[in-house]
Amino acid sequence: MKDHMTEFVVFAALFVLVSGMGFVAARWRRPQTMDSLDEWGLGGRSFGSWITWFLIGGDLYTAYTFVAVPALVFGAGAAGFYAVPYTIVVYPLVFLVLIRLWSVSHRHGFVTPADFVRARFGSPSLAAVIAITGIVATMPYIALQLVGIESVLKAMGINGHWPILIAFAILAAYTYQSGLRAPALIAFVKDALIYIVIIVAVLYIPSKVGGWGHIFDSAQAKFAKTPAPSDGVLLDGTNQLNYAMLALGSALALFLYPHSVTGVLASKNRNVIKRNMSALPAYSFVLGLIALLGYMAIAAGVKPLSTGGKPDTNTVVPVLFDKMFPDWFAGVAYAAIGIGALVPAAIMSIAAANLFTRNIYKEFWRKDATDKEEAVVSKLVSLIVKVGAVVCILALDPEFSIDLQLIGGVIILQTLPAVGLGLVTNWFHRGGLIAGWVAGMASGLWMLSQIPNPAKHKAHFGGSAYKLSDLGLDTKMTVYVGILALAVNLAVAVAASLVLKAAGAKDGADVTTPEDYTADEGDPKVHELELTSST
Amino acid sequence: MAPQDPPPEPSEGAPSATAEGNARRRSDRHPVNWLLVVPVVVPLLTMLFNHDGPRIAGFPAFYWMQFAFIPLGVLCTAIVYQATKRGKGGDR
Repeated sequence: MKDHMTEFVVFAALFVLVSGMGFVAARWRRPQTMDSLDEWGLGGRSFGSWITWFLIGGDLYTAYTFVAVPALVFGAGAAGFYAVPYTIVVYPLVFLVLIRLWSVSHRHGFVTPADFVRARFGSPSLAAVIAITGIVATMPYIALQLVGIESVLKAMGINGHWPILIAFAILAAYTYQSGLRAPALIAFVKDALIYIVIIVAVLYIPSKVGGWGHIFDSAQAKFAKTPAPSDGVLLDGTNQLNYAMLALGSALALFLYPHSVTGVLASKNRNVIKRNMSALPAYSFVLGLIALLGYMAIAAGVKPLSTGGKPDTNTVVPVLFDKMFPDWFAGVAYAAIGIGALVPAAIMSIAAANLFTRNIYKEFWRKDATDKEEAVVSKLVSLIVKVGAVVCILALDPEFSIDLQLIGGVIILQTLPAVGLGLVTNWFHRGGLIAGWVAGMASGLWMLSQIPNPAKHKAHFGGSAYKLSDLGLDTKMTVYVGILALAVNLAVAVAASLVLKAAGAKDGADVTTPEDYTADEGDPKVHELELTSST
Repeated sequence: MAPQDPPPEPSEGAPSATAEGNARRRSDRHPVNWLLVVPVVVPLLTMLFNHDGPRIAGFPAFYWMQFAFIPLGVLCTAIVYQATKRGKGGDR
């Protein structure tokens, strides 16, 4: 700690600055009242292209990403670079679907993806299933943001848990007060810091360690010495399919996460979303450069810090910064990562709280809850969600949160038939979608439980690459579990829908119309249409 | 979820009887949407880029090619946006 005083002072100063901004945000673009989820949870649904770009960018490219992706590249090489194709593929993939989600949500006042499912398939139970899946997948993701902050604190020689408690208490307080406006405003600072740090890092570090060619060569030399066959600066025959499927599966999953949907619904019209689909890849470029920090760490001879005897590869980037940068700039870099944790953590807790309020509390306990009551419940639940995340980190091995995050990606994909395909068609029977979800969850969790990780001495939940030979195929190739589970889910959902329809089982009514999916800013909302038709 | 599917048929769901008031039907259908298939498929074809050479500025092909797919994606989505954007309340 004493050796890192300058770093800590810079880090703490920036942290205090954004905390102040978080509280002030309540007055930014001030609404008449904060007593509704439209205002507290979606920032008034009024964000233009720039704010949306910073908000969604700050939301999707999290502190954990900045720490874990280079750690993966440091440890496994090319396989960790999947984050780049993942974040290229995602935007054209969801381009046409997100504008439909925005339109139908605008028309009907939906706040969560489960709100949409309820209206589309006329099923509160299916909506609750979607909501619970979203909450369960989001919780460990919030916890991992703490891992991001912790890795930075460790590099500054701070090992206790108290700084994290303080950071999260402040975060909880301003999220409670300012809602989505807080992360939207802080995202400007976060992203500016990240861009500055990364541009400096990629210009400065390679020149100090011998150039890019040398960086890749020294990485290859390191991987050649390890016993693991599939690491290296290129993919080999066994993990190419997994690389592509992990990128595709992650891309399909990204906008099913409730916090991504929150960012999309907060924008003011369809053009904002379309424009952002071509502007957000700027972050993918930065992410690619961040991934390569893993190789720079190899070339610079960085050794990850150990806690409890186990080397923690999540510390390679902070240690690299500590080694390469002057103290004050390392402090700026640490602040970028630390603040990078706050933005997504705030949005995720808001999204999880909205799911609980809209699709569980209001649906099953208080059907006549007012807008104000919804906002009050969401604010309180956002606090509980953060306490839960802190408890996750303090009480459980962080390793366990990483497992949960891995599982989270697989289970959130199981909402694709109802949410993603639901935006395109209402063909599925509500019972078929529930059956598909059950099958997808069961098969996904079973496959994950079967994957060992010899390097970490684990027999179960050791990764997400499933060996196709375990299915009886004569090949050494592996595939991302999420994609396989989704295939099972879809097959069951289609089959069960056919059976239920043939048997004449009662289906829910779709209260949306085709016009709802192309509505834009300024078009009347459903409750306004009802008012005009009744007078 | 896949954008390569053409935008959905307007026939989905029950034909709306209440839509008389706002019957001006808009559609997201447009041939240029097919351009979105390119940046979804190309970055997943590992055989295209899983090579060390030719290196550019020290970067193996595996890395610089995937970086190059980013502007490809930006270009395709930007073209689709420009071709399908709605004016400020213009085409309503």
